[in-house]
Amino acid sequence: MKISEIVDILDADLLTDVSSMDNEIEKCGSSDLMSDILAGQSEKSLLITGLLTIQAIRTAIIAGIGGVVFVRGKEPAKEIIEMANDADIPLLRTRYSMFVTSGRLHNAGMTGLDGQR
Amino acid sequence: MASFSKCYAIKKNDFIKAGDASIKIKNLLKSTDIDPAIIRRVAVCGYEGEINVAMHGGNGKICIDIGENQITIKIDDDGPGIEDIDLAMKKGFSTATDKWREMGFGAGMGLPNMFKNADKFNIESEKGNGTHITMEFSLKGNI
Ligand SMILES: Nc1ncnc2c1ncn2[C@@H]1O[C@H](COP(=O)(O)OP(=O)(O)OP(=O)(O)O)[C@@H](O)[C@H]1O
Ligand SMILES: [Mg+2]
Repeated sequence: MKISEIVDILDADLLTDVSSMDNEIEKCGSSDLMSDILAGQSEKSLLITGLLTIQAIRTAIIAGIGGVVFVRGKEPAKEIIEMANDADIPLLRTRYSMFVTSGRLHNAGMTGLDGQR
Repeated sequence: MASFSKCYAIKKNDFIKAGDASIKIKNLLKSTDIDPAIIRRVAVCGYEGEINVAMHGGNGKICIDIGENQITIKIDDDGPGIEDIDLAMKKGFSTATDKWREMGFGAGMGLPNMFKNADKFNIESEKGNGTHITMEFSLKGNI
């Protein structure tokens, strides 16, 4: 699934520049725990989180995350968007909750980090 | 590849900067032909260790050494040390404060993640003597 499709499914805003719009993403993880994200097979996955911190983006970079969705319409600070742009990680913002966001993506065919549906 | 070493300082309680050295290390490794799966393991271990120093430890440093056959990451701090290492290594054990928990830390998974991702993991710590971690990642057949 391309980032552009995920944007449609979540009625999301794309907060970063568009260079990585063609990233192919097949699996998703929802978490607000940094070590959880780092422990999982989160490489090239979509991270769904409510945590808008610099460390969430650093964790995404370290884990090799393919894209990040901020839920509940939260607006991240400028330096967070800048850091994601520098690392070429697309950031999305959706008004949906973590539950509804996960459900919509699951319904569209996404799997969990371990490939389970 | 010739041997290469570099160290970066880590500051106590510096939530903003902590982890930046591991991003630099990851970028440095990405400019080599080292297997991306190994780079990810090194980066995860460095990051978990760096955050631990800032969150639980004191001032310290993280050093990387890239040798012909292995990468070594050493993380040292002058903080309070760990009284019971076996307990600290258990999944889910954490003494993180509310402030750090609000920021997504304190799952008690950092040390187990490091142990799992490194080919060799050594931790030395005692009360009053800081914490000293050495991790090795084999490059054999990958460079
Ligand atoms: N450098 C350190 N100095 C002092 N104590 C430490 C240090 N590193 C870890 N500890 C102790 O070991 C515990 C377990 O560490 P671990 O990294 O596994 O979990 P955590 O840091 O609490 O949570 P997480 O890493 O999941 O965010 C810590 O809560 C802390 O009590
Ligand atoms: Mg930790």
